[in-house]
Amino acid sequence: MLIKKPSDIKPSEITDPELYKQRRKFIQAGVGLTGAAMFSGLWLPDNVQAAREKLQGIKKSSLSTDEKPTSYKDVTSYNNFYEFGTDKSDPARNAHTLKTKPWSLTIEGEVAKPGTYHLEDLVKASTLEERIYRFRCVEAWSMVIPWVGISLSSLIKRFEPTSKAKFVEFTTLYDPKQMPGQNRQVLNWPYVEGLRMDEAMHPLSIMVVGLYGEVLPNQNGAPLRLMVPWKYGFKNIKSIVKIRFTETMPKTTWALAGPREYGFYANVNPKVSHPRWSQASERVIGSGSIFTKRKDTLMFNGYEDQVAQLYSGLDLRKYF
Amino acid sequence: MNFSPAWLLKPTIFLLSSIPFLYLLYAAFLDPESLGANPVEYLTHETGSWSLRFLLLTLAMTPLRRWTKSSFPLKVRRLLGLFAFFYVSVHLLIYAVLDRELDWSHLGEDIIKRPFITIGFLAWLLLIPLAVTSTNAMMRRLGRRWKKLHKLVYLIAALGVGHYIWLVKKDLQEPLIYAAIFIMLMLLRLPAGMFKFRNKA
Repeated sequence: MLIKKPSDIKPSEITDPELYKQRRKFIQAGVGLTGAAMFSGLWLPDNVQAAREKLQGIKKSSLSTDEKPTSYKDVTSYNNFYEFGTDKSDPARNAHTLKTKPWSLTIEGEVAKPGTYHLEDLVKASTLEERIYRFRCVEAWSMVIPWVGISLSSLIKRFEPTSKAKFVEFTTLYDPKQMPGQNRQVLNWPYVEGLRMDEAMHPLSIMVVGLYGEVLPNQNGAPLRLMVPWKYGFKNIKSIVKIRFTETMPKTTWALAGPREYGFYANVNPKVSHPRWSQASERVIGSGSIFTKRKDTLMFNGYEDQVAQLYSGLDLRKYF
Repeated sequence: MNFSPAWLLKPTIFLLSSIPFLYLLYAAFLDPESLGANPVEYLTHETGSWSLRFLLLTLAMTPLRRWTKSSFPLKVRRLLGLFAFFYVSVHLLIYAVLDRELDWSHLGEDIIKRPFITIGFLAWLLLIPLAVTSTNAMMRRLGRRWKKLHKLVYLIAALGVGHYIWLVKKDLQEPLIYAAIFIMLMLLRLPAGMFKFRNKA
């Protein structure tokens, strides 16, 4: 099949808001015509474009993929961030209510240096790196995303975890005023995710503060989110306010919501299906053409060489 | 309810029912950018939603006739039912051609192993005999059996709603709205006597 490549969209090229408004009007006219209250769910982008801020002093990384990144527009308009609504266009529309400055991070549990830290101080003391990673959602779609982040292991070392620290638990902000989606009990708020200590210390694991060389947009999990590229997207918790070091495995949000469908590990694995759909292949996200490509999903999302040894001896069917 | 001359009724309904399809067709080929980051998913979801809407609209015609005491709902019921079949078919085609890229082994696996796809596919299969027997000639030929056969639409709508509920990851709000409308339309079919009896008791 002839595949038309979606055109390259530079971060500087965002669809003119006027155009969006016109489309809205067109669609709304359609709603009026059909006159049905049943008409819903249409994609109505109403992107509130926040001021975009460049990040300085970003180092390149040898851990980046050389695959072509998904456009900035697609990465910032197609998001699962239920704190701002369950439709993928909701976060871009609603996340402007989140206040990311100032932001503090609370460190708890099995560490020598617990406490509350200013995010700015933590970031200033770290090296910003660009990491272009494959991103695979549990819903079987994928992107390639140029994140800007700091090494999670060096961040963790700063708090001096004790020998009892076997797991790391992350918690998202809970504030329904800033995160209107939390007014509905779709999930057990606040969102909680976790990693085994050795997963968290892996060189591929990062804490993201930016995207496309700029400050991370709210809908992508600003100001601080996790990125563990060999796991399904939902592991990569957004807008983190707390990190706790524990001896026991954290109870994570999606594993609690659907224990048969979402496990603690959530490693990308084409051979283990979700109970309701196959994980063998993925739809490559890209706007601009209806003839987009589907591609085979790779074991550990293509990071098998780097991470497989973390799971040697573990039954990946049982610990999905 | 004589809001329009009788001969205008069906063409008007036909035109209105075509709008969602024409809009999606226009957007898919002339303005794909408007379909967002995942155009195939968007088209699949939209045609799926319109399928359900037309199924429920079709089911609404019988109670509507009773309520309005007008004959126009029955005059457009067949048309709406055929549009339901049309939108379900387009939905299936988009899934098979654009989403699964006509990978037959994959499609077969989906239909057999993914229950929500199984019941969606079953709903489409069951719609075929209804569409085929929708002509006046077939109605006459089948006589009383026609009515029996076309009661299948209740099962089809239930399968369609179930298909939607089953595929959603977590937020059931929208599929449950469709389920509520379906249940309401089914309750409206209960004979009026039943409610009277209950009131007395």
